[in-house]
Amino acid sequence: MIQYFQDFFHRHGTALSIFLLVTVGFWIFLMIVLPQAFMLDFSFRFNLPPAKVGGPEDVYTLSNYKFMVYGSAGNPDSFNVIDVTVFFRTILAAIFVTVFDLALCYPIAFYLAQVAHGGWARLMVLSLIVPFWVNEILRAFAFRIMFGSNGVINSFLITVGIVDEPIDLIGANIALYAGLGYAFILLMIFPLYNAIESLDKNQIEAARDLGSPWWRIHWRVVMPFAKPGITSGCTMVFMLSAGALAAPQILGGPSSLWFTQIIYQWFNTGGNWPRGSAYAIILLVSCIVLVLLMMRLFKVRLGEIGR
Amino acid sequence: MSANVELDDVWIRFGDFVAARDVNITIEGGEFFSFLGPSGCGKTTILRAVSGFLAPSQGHVRIGGQDMAGIGPNKRPTALIFQNLALFPLMTVWENISFSLEVRGAGKAERRKKADELLELIALPGQGDKFVNELSGGQRQRVAIARALAAEPKVLLLDEPLSALDLKLRQHMRTELRSIQQQVGITFIYITHDQGEALTMSDHVAVMSAGVIEQVGGGTNVYDHPESAFVASFVGENNLFSGKVSKVSADRATVETNVGNLTAATPKRSNGAKLKRGDDAYVFIRPESLKFANGSNSFDNTIKARIVQQEFEGNLWQVFLDAAQGKHIKMSMVNDGQSLGYDSGSEVALGFPSELAVALPRGPLAAE
Repeated sequence: MIQYFQDFFHRHGTALSIFLLVTVGFWIFLMIVLPQAFMLDFSFRFNLPPAKVGGPEDVYTLSNYKFMVYGSAGNPDSFNVIDVTVFFRTILAAIFVTVFDLALCYPIAFYLAQVAHGGWARLMVLSLIVPFWVNEILRAFAFRIMFGSNGVINSFLITVGIVDEPIDLIGANIALYAGLGYAFILLMIFPLYNAIESLDKNQIEAARDLGSPWWRIHWRVVMPFAKPGITSGCTMVFMLSAGALAAPQILGGPSSLWFTQIIYQWFNTGGNWPRGSAYAIILLVSCIVLVLLMMRLFKVRLGEIGR
Repeated sequence: MSANVELDDVWIRFGDFVAARDVNITIEGGEFFSFLGPSGCGKTTILRAVSGFLAPSQGHVRIGGQDMAGIGPNKRPTALIFQNLALFPLMTVWENISFSLEVRGAGKAERRKKADELLELIALPGQGDKFVNELSGGQRQRVAIARALAAEPKVLLLDEPLSALDLKLRQHMRTELRSIQQQVGITFIYITHDQGEALTMSDHVAVMSAGVIEQVGGGTNVYDHPESAFVASFVGENNLFSGKVSKVSADRATVETNVGNLTAATPKRSNGAKLKRGDDAYVFIRPESLKFANGSNSFDNTIKARIVQQEFEGNLWQVFLDAAQGKHIKMSMVNDGQSLGYDSGSEVALGFPSELAVALPRGPLAAE
């Protein structure tokens, strides 16, 4: 260990080494570990008025987690129907958004990485990036207008004659999925692009020469090669979709609730930080477990994602 | 099953650049045919047109008599071995080899069986479960051949597949490729810039330069009877003397060069062109065709020169000489166990019979 640090200092010089260690240490400890540790600690405590914090009643408890599963003491159901349902619906919806983004972005990423050349490729990348200069709230409200009952999409469908009555695209959560899907396409495209771009073109030609139709080339050659990129894109989109707040708030239908909105309510309107923390931790841990399970299933090692 | 390949008036253009110009070649079924030329001469372009990755701008590619226009590489009876082999790194060796069977929907047992048969053919039995990166360069080479043969192509296309191997292995693989070709009996079309490979393996060689087929023929024909200055300078080593034609007869031409008048054979050229008196011409004479003229023999051509250096290569002596006006000459002599009999610095006379030299019109030469 000491040897390692000596080498590190030797290689980068004292000034740079100290800078790197301090900034990275600061980042990891102060920005990531410490706040999460506080949250974790919070989640195991009662929601006490400030005066009682540190007093004899301030002890560790599982009550916040129990509440998420069983609800309040007066709950007539055998479990906390609303929160648990919303939780699973959020996870499922996030999975849906992830799969949707993957299906949407894979062809684009493949085209950019293997087919497009020079100026045309740069123009495409630019036209993917520039729309993200528009901030999230503005984009979400713009989607709301577009998907509204008098919006562009409904007007178009009615004009063309596909439907007679406007469809409730917001109530059916189509606006929400579209908004979330759109919000994260870059996070899907770039890891995919990186992975596919390093694939030797000859591999594709070899498969084609051996008689393979296009779908099998993707299934057997391109996708296995791009697996680390697919994993890292899917992980990011899934995590961020499950944890999104603004889009569900603005684009979600009246009947749909995103789990993050419940967390937000506990923190904000409910003023119950310990319970909010417990809910947030549940979401975090569930997402991590799910991602790790998926990686296990598709035989991807954690180290490969970093590439 | 083999098929012949016809290139009929094939032109391939990329914008203003002409990669292949008016190519007319018939490759017989079951033969080993090489395209030989320096890099950038268009030989890979022609291979891609045969495999279907590229459509000719003009003309026809026919395989087994059938026009290939509009038929994609996955539907052609050809299999291509890439320069970098392009084996699939995430599949095992046997999955690589049997990929074409997988494409056709063959069951696992059948695929495995075929892969094992081919592993036997390429002398790698029992290596099917390895991954490609666990094999040596020569083994990968053979796996690439097996993968292509598994598709049961009528024509196998090889794009300089030996170029990444070291010299020993390359020489070994030449013999092996030739023997595999004879075993499977299909047409092989081989692309190379290495004349040694082309000459040792091929039934016929097409020498290419700047998109043009300079000459097609058997190896000895191309080596002994080059029809253009490019072929003479590209295939094998040659001493070149330039000058003006002073006399022509039925099959000889005499050229005034700065080392004197040299008489050489004038090969029949496929385009029918003949040297005329007063033409600019080159005389080519191979290093091994030069002999010392020492009274006991007589030649219709002699050149006076001074030995600069002698290199001993075991089976050969390479002798470097300077003739009039600093003209460098190289001469190769078989080591017959006796000394050359000359020291460096000796003034000697070199001789050669006119039938071993060729006189050709001046034209582009191969880059050194």
